[in-house]
Amino acid sequence: MKKFILAVFALVPVLAFAAGPSLPLDSANNDLADKESLKRGFKTYINYCLGCHQLQYQRYNRTFTDLGIEEADGIENYMYTGEKVGDHITNTMPKKEAAAWFGTAPPDLTLEARLRSPDWIYTYLRSFYIDESRPFGVNNTLFKDVGMPHVLQDLQGVSSIDENGKLTPAQGGSLTAEEYDEVVRDLTNFLEYVGEPNKLERKALGVKVLIFIFIFFIFAYLLKKEYWRDVH
Amino acid sequence: MFANFMAWIDKRLPVTDCWNKHLAQYPAPKNFNFWYFFGSLAMLVLVNQILTGVWLTMSYEPSGDGAFASIEYIMRDVDYGWLLRYMHSTGASFFFIVVYLHMFRGMMYGSYQKPRELLWIFGMLIFLVLMAEAFMGYLLPWGNMSYWGAQVIISLFGAIPVIGDDLTQWIRGDYVISGATLNRFFALHVIAMPLVLVILVFLHILALHEVGSNNPDGTEIKKKKGSVKPEELSKFKFHKHYTDKYDIVDAIPFHPYYSVKDIMGVAFFLFIFCWVMFFAPEGGGFFIEAPNFEPANGLKTPEHIVPVWYFGPFYTILRVVPDKLLGAVAMFGAIIMLFALPWFDRGTVKSMKFRCTWHKVNLFQFTVSFIVLAILGTKAATPLNNMIGTVASFGYFGFFIALWFYSKNETTKPVPERVSK
Repeated sequence: MKKFILAVFALVPVLAFAAGPSLPLDSANNDLADKESLKRGFKTYINYCLGCHQLQYQRYNRTFTDLGIEEADGIENYMYTGEKVGDHITNTMPKKEAAAWFGTAPPDLTLEARLRSPDWIYTYLRSFYIDESRPFGVNNTLFKDVGMPHVLQDLQGVSSIDENGKLTPAQGGSLTAEEYDEVVRDLTNFLEYVGEPNKLERKALGVKVLIFIFIFFIFAYLLKKEYWRDVH
Repeated sequence: MFANFMAWIDKRLPVTDCWNKHLAQYPAPKNFNFWYFFGSLAMLVLVNQILTGVWLTMSYEPSGDGAFASIEYIMRDVDYGWLLRYMHSTGASFFFIVVYLHMFRGMMYGSYQKPRELLWIFGMLIFLVLMAEAFMGYLLPWGNMSYWGAQVIISLFGAIPVIGDDLTQWIRGDYVISGATLNRFFALHVIAMPLVLVILVFLHILALHEVGSNNPDGTEIKKKKGSVKPEELSKFKFHKHYTDKYDIVDAIPFHPYYSVKDIMGVAFFLFIFCWVMFFAPEGGGFFIEAPNFEPANGLKTPEHIVPVWYFGPFYTILRVVPDKLLGAVAMFGAIIMLFALPWFDRGTVKSMKFRCTWHKVNLFQFTVSFIVLAILGTKAATPLNNMIGTVASFGYFGFFIALWFYSKNETTKPVPERVSK
């Protein structure tokens, strides 16, 4: 029996190997427990992204609570358009017109980090380059012919691409490359949080549950052993 | 006090008798191994699915406009809604893991052979209904993979000549998959299918208790009445329903021996289950597929439309056949083969332990083929994958054909009279 199972495990990978090209993504190395980073990411999101991309499943006050932002502070510094604090984080961009402006309506980003992964977002926002053939004069190596302009251009500046597809900074922005990476990392961190606000709670609860089950298993094992004395 | 109460009940409903007949005095072979945990575990997962399902239904909105948002409402605003949702989604995949292992156990030890054919058929019906249940449930989050997965599977029925197109339209309730489809799938997923499932499980267990459990040796523990010396009889008390007809050897009452053992199995299972649920609820993109974090969009197909992993084997068989109709026939044929397994196997020795080497090799290649088919089902249909898939499909069907040939005059090892320790 053991040989049988071992042989199955040995043979299957030979026949069905993991194929398919995987995108070379840079590692975001973000930390969900870093609330300051999340707050900075939230701020960047409000200032640069929210105009086009809603977070329609996430509420302001939930975000404030999770990120440790006082409600008064939140209303003052994170809410600009007169919503109530319990409202979802939305914008007023008309879908139809937006589709005409950008080729497609800017998607909601609440679940973007779950749809594409945090590393994807981190890489994407650092992959814009000059391409005069595009409506906004930029293109993206990770997301070819994307409809979105390089919104963070005044921070990063913009890169040019050589024939090997390698990006080099062509025009500097207000931040150094390291500072820009930090901004994108914070933003990525925030989007991972928004994708699943309960992620840290989930893992914390998971540890407790596993410890409980482990102890329960020991007792269950001892109980079984005690009963089965009669059988053997 | 309690004794009086039970006496009162028993005069009106045979509760104690039923308890004894099916649990406390049910004779189970004493040599169950690891593989015998999966029956009770399947029951556990079924209960989990029903309970979490009831609570999810309280906050879910079955409509094209509201479904996706209501899932996120459950994930964010409902207290422990995320836990309920993950219990349900992880439970769906584990249901299939457990059921596949349960079926594999039956194949290894010949638990489908006479007199357990009907028991096996009920099990296969459960498997079939479970697939329908899972398929319909997978549409409900109304994610983009939900939508396109359903689109692909429903369009299969369009391959049926003459009535195909009308049939797909009848299933969808619309010209495309829409809110109408979602609503009917919701009704079937939360009421019709679970009801049928529970009834079938009941029949499965009833049939099991009538013929008795098989065991890793495939040796019968119920001997002809009067054929066993008194000192050889099992020392435990069994229900007269069994002892009136048979002499029972090498058996122990299900309760408390297997109930305490199954509790141990449950704890072990829950450890793995919770590990996945709390630390990797997407199951590496296999339990919850990434494109499902985007709402259903009839104009935007996911890069690769792949079914959830548990449909993988059958989907690959469908895909490697160039013709759509023949592909669908092959796919359903694959399931029919499983149904007919008790009749493909013409042997009389149950457990693979005592069967010929051919059988072991055959079962081995079937296992490998099945897993390879499952893996390929979740990958893109490249020419190489299709080639491997074709070979594996032949392996799948070949198992049954080969079995039918060699099982007739098989050279087997002698089966022991009594179960081994």
